[in-house]
Amino acid sequence: MFKCKAAWNKLAPLARASSTLCRQAGKRAVLRHERTPQFVQPAHMSSGPSGGGGENTLYFVLVGATCLAGGAYAYSTLVGDRERYQQRITEIESRSSKPAAEPSTPAKTQPETAASEPASAAASPAVEPTHAPYLLIGGGTASFAAARSIRARDPGARVLIVTEEDDLPYMRPPLSKELWFSDDPTVTETLRFKQWNGKERSIYFQPPSFYVSPTELESVENGGVAVLTGRKVMHMDVRGNKVKLSDGTEISYDKCLIATGGIPRNLQVIERAGDEVMKRTTLFRKIEDFKALEKVSRELKSITIIGGGFLGSELACALGRRSADLGLEVVQMFPEKGNMGKVLPEYLSNWTTDKVKKEGVKVLTEAVVKNVTYKEGKVEIKLKDGRVVKTDHVVAAVGLEPSVELAKSAGLEIDSDFGGFRVNAELQARSNIWVAGDAACFYDIKLGRRRVEHHDHAVVSGRLAGENMTGARKPYWHQSMFWSDLGPDVGYEAIGIVDSSLPTVGVFAKATAKDTPKAATEQSGTGIRSESETEAVAGSVAVGKAAPTPPPQQKEDYGKGVIFYLRDKVVVGIVLWNVFNRMPIARKIIKDGEEHADLNEVAKLFNIHEE
Amino acid sequence: MSYCKQEGKDQIIFVTKEDHEAPSNAELVEDDPNDPYEDHGLILPNGDINWNCPCLGGMASGPCGQQFKDAFSCFHNSKEEVKGSECIDFFRGMQECMQKYPELYPQEDDNESAPSGEAESFQTSNNANKNKTSSYS
Repeated sequence: MFKCKAAWNKLAPLARASSTLCRQAGKRAVLRHERTPQFVQPAHMSSGPSGGGGENTLYFVLVGATCLAGGAYAYSTLVGDRERYQQRITEIESRSSKPAAEPSTPAKTQPETAASEPASAAASPAVEPTHAPYLLIGGGTASFAAARSIRARDPGARVLIVTEEDDLPYMRPPLSKELWFSDDPTVTETLRFKQWNGKERSIYFQPPSFYVSPTELESVENGGVAVLTGRKVMHMDVRGNKVKLSDGTEISYDKCLIATGGIPRNLQVIERAGDEVMKRTTLFRKIEDFKALEKVSRELKSITIIGGGFLGSELACALGRRSADLGLEVVQMFPEKGNMGKVLPEYLSNWTTDKVKKEGVKVLTEAVVKNVTYKEGKVEIKLKDGRVVKTDHVVAAVGLEPSVELAKSAGLEIDSDFGGFRVNAELQARSNIWVAGDAACFYDIKLGRRRVEHHDHAVVSGRLAGENMTGARKPYWHQSMFWSDLGPDVGYEAIGIVDSSLPTVGVFAKATAKDTPKAATEQSGTGIRSESETEAVAGSVAVGKAAPTPPPQQKEDYGKGVIFYLRDKVVVGIVLWNVFNRMPIARKIIKDGEEHADLNEVAKLFNIHEE
Repeated sequence: MSYCKQEGKDQIIFVTKEDHEAPSNAELVEDDPNDPYEDHGLILPNGDINWNCPCLGGMASGPCGQQFKDAFSCFHNSKEEVKGSECIDFFRGMQECMQKYPELYPQEDDNESAPSGEAESFQTSNNANKNKTSSYS
């Protein structure tokens, strides 16, 4: 902040000086010696006319040069600092428009502490902030990524996150994967899991000590990130740059990020089924859902998961793994023909379904739920084709409804095709409002308008929003990726538009037992997740069997490979099937957006036969 | 031997190691090192430090972020024989700050390596890390 003011101070006399110089040079033929050094010194741009020789032409040229140079310097510094300057001015203006502000605010341009007024007001008891230079609505992955980005780029930034959840920002993927594989019986309390590198970490991005208390946010030196939990933003006044929370408080902002994510969808048949069924239904998304389901898995005898996508399949595998130990029946049902039916091409989806079944899950494909009732202590699910499933508990994993309630009061556009807030390629909804994460329907320069509900996208878009909130003006460019693990044999990473309705070209290597996520990490001495003893034994048996290469006539084993998804002959999506560490190449191919005549040649770039 | 088959709109190709031995003739577009849209590593094209680099974890954004930036900038710009020798005060300031947050900055770390608490958080797919779960850390 000092820099801006200092630069401004530097420039003002220089600007005045150079304009005076120009005018005078124009008016008079000769400039007196003694004057020039004064003007030239602040500029440091051109060497002043050194003594002697006051020829008119030379003087004129030198003066003109100084003028130009000074002007150029002033221009470049101004442009460079304009962003900062604008921010400062907006901040000052907003402060001066605050009802409680002192009228002398504009003059009091203290660059360091952004809000000296509350501090200088009577020694008030700690109050929650009424103004936040950076207000982030939503306390999930995208919001946290943005907060981090803002803090990295704007020194001393004061960032306020407002979330309706009671928890500090945390990551969701372990809730349906790693946390279930933990050996620790207290995992529901600690919420810690083991990463690929063997190190343990919490699902919380940062411990509480990272954050500043909301009441201290406006005064703390060097700024920080504060989180207001248990508060929902109910109303947004875009013209007035302020929001109203569920408890009635109003907070004004300079820049705002909407990262409200979404809520799990439910099936209408379940909603209509009455309280007894609703009580026994989990819509899985948050920490409390994980805790509740974990408890259910220990206490009840049968769980049915409705939904065959990422969440449904991951939960099915996680529960399926425990089913033997817990004496738990795990059923998964969905309308598609196979797991991940909307993502993977049919042959791969079928292959995956077999693997899921091997994890101990009873998979019912092409299952459309007709109605759900509570009968004789069981939840009874009737399918349209007549099949009936009796279970103790239901998990509905049928998609996410983006949370766009604020659109109405804010007057923001909602996208009718993909849902979510409609924003441009730079994630902007308005000049000082950005949207990131699950709730953002944005324009992807390479792949077109889309809305992405993956963890890495939340990180990438949150980060980008934070950069743009601090003046970067960059479009969405770094393509985010996603991944899934369905048991020890099936692990894949993917990038771009991975829609099974697109034509695909899959290039596979003859699989050996070396090619599984489990084996890949074992070889390198690291572990993806804690393995049970029985699995370690099974793995070594498989190695022995797979040593001789089977002839192609046998049932295909899609052990590892790469699958290209094409749109108008251009690769728009890639799945790396049990092939790791190749994401940068995949990203490059999508970025290029070229038409490749022979995709086998492109597949060679991935070296699928090697580790 | 490799073979190919078609299942509706999906083409499947099985290849042996030998099939893929010859180098690829697929053409990739040359990257522009000055692409303004691209994410950058630790050092920006103009020589400045990219404080938002995922490689720094959250070091520049946490409670001791300012101290970290001061120390690291000084070190980066240091032209002394012993690089950073004039930056002792900044590093001391950083260390003092970090000691106040043992949860975030475990004490066994030194200035070079990223401490596991604070820094081990937020890399995106930028990193060619082994496993997809690197998206967490």
